Amino acid sequence: MEPALAILVGILVAVAVWLMLSRNFVRLLLGFAMLGNGVNLSIFVAGRLSREAPPLVVEGEVVLGAAAANALPQALVLTAIVIGFGLLSFALVLAWKAHERLGTVRTDEMRVAEPERTP
Amino acid sequence: MLTVVLTPFAAALAAPFLVARLGERAVFLFALVPAGLFLWALANLGEAFPGRIEATPWVPGLSASLSFALDGLSALFTLLITGIGTLVVLYAGGYLHGHPQLGRFFAILFAFMGAMLGVVLSDNILALFVFWELTSLTSYLLVGFESGKAAARRAALQALLITGTGGLCLLAGLILLAEAGGSWELSDIALAQSWLQDSPLYTPALILILLGCFTKSAQFPFHSWLPGAMAAPTPVSAYLHSATMVKAGVYLLARLEPALGGSELWLYSLGIIGAITMLLGAVFALLETDLKLVLAWTTVSALGTLVFLLAPSQEPSVTAAMAFLLVHALYKGALFMVAGNIDHEAGTRDLTKLSGLMRAMPVTFAAAALASVSMAGLPAGLGWVAKEMIGTAKVADNIGLTLTAATVANAMLFAVAAIAGISPYFGAKSDAAAKAHEAPWTMLAGPVVLGGLGLIFGMVPQLAADRLIAPAASAVLGTKATLEITLFKAFDWKFMLTLATFAAGAMLFIAWRRYGAAWRERADPILARGPDRGYDHVLAGLAALAGWQTRIIQSGRLHRYVAASFVVIAVMVIASAFRGRFALAGLTDTGRVIEWAVIALTAAAAIVTAAATTRLLAVTALGMVGLGVAMLFMLFSAPDLAITQFMVETLVVVILALILIRLPGFRLSADGDGPRWLNLGIAGVMGTLVSLLLLGVLAEPFDMRLAEWFAAQSVPEGLGRNVVNVILVDFRALDTLGEITVVAAAAMGALAVMMRAARKPDGGRGPDGGRAPDGGEGKGR
Amino acid sequence: MNSLILRAATRALAPLLLMLALFLLWRGHNEPGGGFIAGLVAASAAALQGIAFGPVAARRMLVLPPIAVAGLGLALALLSIVPSAFAGLPAMEALWAKIDLGGGAYVPLGTPLLFDIGVFLVVLGSVVALVAALEHQPH
Repeated sequence: MEPALAILVGILVAVAVWLMLSRNFVRLLLGFAMLGNGVNLSIFVAGRLSREAPPLVVEGEVVLGAAAANALPQALVLTAIVIGFGLLSFALVLAWKAHERLGTVRTDEMRVAEPERTP
Repeated sequence: MLTVVLTPFAAALAAPFLVARLGERAVFLFALVPAGLFLWALANLGEAFPGRIEATPWVPGLSASLSFALDGLSALFTLLITGIGTLVVLYAGGYLHGHPQLGRFFAILFAFMGAMLGVVLSDNILALFVFWELTSLTSYLLVGFESGKAAARRAALQALLITGTGGLCLLAGLILLAEAGGSWELSDIALAQSWLQDSPLYTPALILILLGCFTKSAQFPFHSWLPGAMAAPTPVSAYLHSATMVKAGVYLLARLEPALGGSELWLYSLGIIGAITMLLGAVFALLETDLKLVLAWTTVSALGTLVFLLAPSQEPSVTAAMAFLLVHALYKGALFMVAGNIDHEAGTRDLTKLSGLMRAMPVTFAAAALASVSMAGLPAGLGWVAKEMIGTAKVADNIGLTLTAATVANAMLFAVAAIAGISPYFGAKSDAAAKAHEAPWTMLAGPVVLGGLGLIFGMVPQLAADRLIAPAASAVLGTKATLEITLFKAFDWKFMLTLATFAAGAMLFIAWRRYGAAWRERADPILARGPDRGYDHVLAGLAALAGWQTRIIQSGRLHRYVAASFVVIAVMVIASAFRGRFALAGLTDTGRVIEWAVIALTAAAAIVTAAATTRLLAVTALGMVGLGVAMLFMLFSAPDLAITQFMVETLVVVILALILIRLPGFRLSADGDGPRWLNLGIAGVMGTLVSLLLLGVLAEPFDMRLAEWFAAQSVPEGLGRNVVNVILVDFRALDTLGEITVVAAAAMGALAVMMRAARKPDGGRGPDGGRAPDGGEGKGR
Repeated sequence: MNSLILRAATRALAPLLLMLALFLLWRGHNEPGGGFIAGLVAASAAALQGIAFGPVAARRMLVLPPIAVAGLGLALALLSIVPSAFAGLPAMEALWAKIDLGGGAYVPLGTPLLFDIGVFLVVLGSVVALVAALEHQPH
């Protein structure tokens, strides 16, 4: 099933990029969240898939069964999910603040730090 | 030797505290540091040939080791650095008497001393480079020590930019050298001459290294920073800009002479640049009235002479170079300190206002006279010996033109010696001389000792020759050099030439007294167009270029940055990954219906998110995507991931809802997002690239070693049956620690942004008043 | 939000979720679960509390301010490194103690568990802080 998931990852990334290219900050953040999903999934898929064999050692055994899923990408992705959430929340707070101060969610109207016509 | 190099750095750390605790008495304590190192170098002189190497591994994986080598060349430099260093520390104590930032001064001075010792003792190329750059940095801080003065800041920056640019070239050159020579140790590279010079890397490496050395040693056309650096306090000028740091370039040339020397490129570039610098420095010295600037230009001239002498790679000229190096360090250090004394006690360094100082400053005069004898190359000074050897070398190399150049420069320097060393003390008492009095003993010790050493070595030249000059020359030549010095050989044509030089110099001195002012008037417009002006133009051009490219690249529009980032990523992926044959994985199993259903659902939800025009629909669809991913984790044996993803997705929807409820009604459409086809194109290319890359990765055989290691070690080592959790909290706990720190930092940042709003409910105005509301969004940009 | 059903449900659900979180944390070393998941579950309990009864109630549930909880978690995670240093082992090398319950049964207690509790607290504190920041209404 890995190739099918690879195509799905491509779709998620394409949609994420499309959203992130928007000048609307909210759309950009939606894209950001979606990009996280796509990237996490790609790492997971690259570590190969297995069915109905979670990386849990059977009680009483010492070594994980040979058919069990690869644990390492799962560990990587697990923290990535939580960090992605932290970043997204932070960005949302920022967006909310920016809207409150500047009265806009359009990034091309947010020009406090880099006003027009100054290098 | 590591201890030797580290000692001054330790002193640098301690200096501010000692000054704060002991006041100016700390200076005497400080002087003990270089004095001790000087004794160490003296005690180790015996081992100077063939040398001794000590290595301490530093970053073995990068071939960087702290290996140090002591041979004749580094011993000579170490003695100069520590010996003159001792005198300079004492001198600075007197010169900067009552200065509020004495602690800072000594801290930087000691850091410089350590860096300089590192340069001359390092055997490892990378270590040498690090120390080399440290000398540039500390020099910058010392030149700009009087940071309140604009001239000092400009001079410091110029010195840093020129030597720093040279340093970059040097780094590239040294890397090429190590590549071509097959070693990162200078001692190995010195043995690699024969095949090093046949390497295609030889020419670029040599040119880059020469650029580094020439900028450091103020060779034409990079010389302009050295006179500017006279903005530094005089002890610094005496130490860095005459005796030690500017000779680092000469040191490296000498050090690399066995490996790189002997080629035509070496001969001509060193010979021509050295000769130009030598003449140019001498001419400009005659055109200045500021005593320090006169000395600075003669230093430029002397550095030119040294480079010039290293050009032929022959025993006579190398020996002469080493002799002149020693002589110059002694007399120039003394003369700088003398200039400082005059400045300090008479209140001016202007030669046109200085005369008749002898009565007021007799000891200073004595020291200046001794140093001038050496500088002029008169008999009884060590300078005489050096000039003799230089003459011999010139004859031996049989380069008529350069002999003429050297003779002309010598005559001019003879005149300058009289101008700078003698003329301020004779004649009618000027106003400045009337109020002048003798300097304190700390400021006299330096010039007297250095001038006296010149005299002693002049009387017993064989002492210096055997102990210092011959070992140094041996290290440069790679074979044992011996040196027989006879003070007087014969009334041959060479002797007559020397006499003629003296006569020409004396006439030049008389002419200077009469016509000097007219010369300066003539020269001023020419000087104004020199490399110093060129430096200004280059800087202005750089600033303009930076402004132009900032306007282009930093448009201040987020969507352009995002688009540019994705385009660059796409180009780099295409350029690097898709080379040659590229296999793609195909479907090997039909899969279960539910898997296909979840995949289709997730893809559909993603597309709905992109097309949604209302907030509710977009958030719901995004949540569906997340749930779809969570289900895929579940279906493919990742329960931990599935639960995490499910929880996170719930929270994402909650917070998105919380935020979006409060944002005013607006449509989420893609209208106004710029060229739609372009954005779609970028998105399509990125998606396709990721899919292709992943398919390519899947087509490769999978390396199971890591997975199997964790599978096997989880229970015995980690005492846990959930392998994912064991990896997170045990095997890779350091990573996890970093990750939870990021999470906590994000939370803290978000809270800080919100808190700021809470403190300023009026929306807060920035310091610039009403121009634009100051956002509280300063973080995370 | 003023919903009687939500409030009633939250009153029952929040403690249950918290207990579930602790359970997930405890068994995480051997079964699906662990500090990250437990932290997220506990945070969702707090978020639920916040939505039903307002941000003050959510914060009261944690006893300490959320950022302090996160800080405490980081400190615990860092602290779990210390014992191995005293035992002369490489940093972060796990140490285990088996607490005998009699009859061959024992409870393994080790520095990884301490570390996982730290992770739990960081995730809990941070997520609650983030949600609280977003709920915060200056006007």
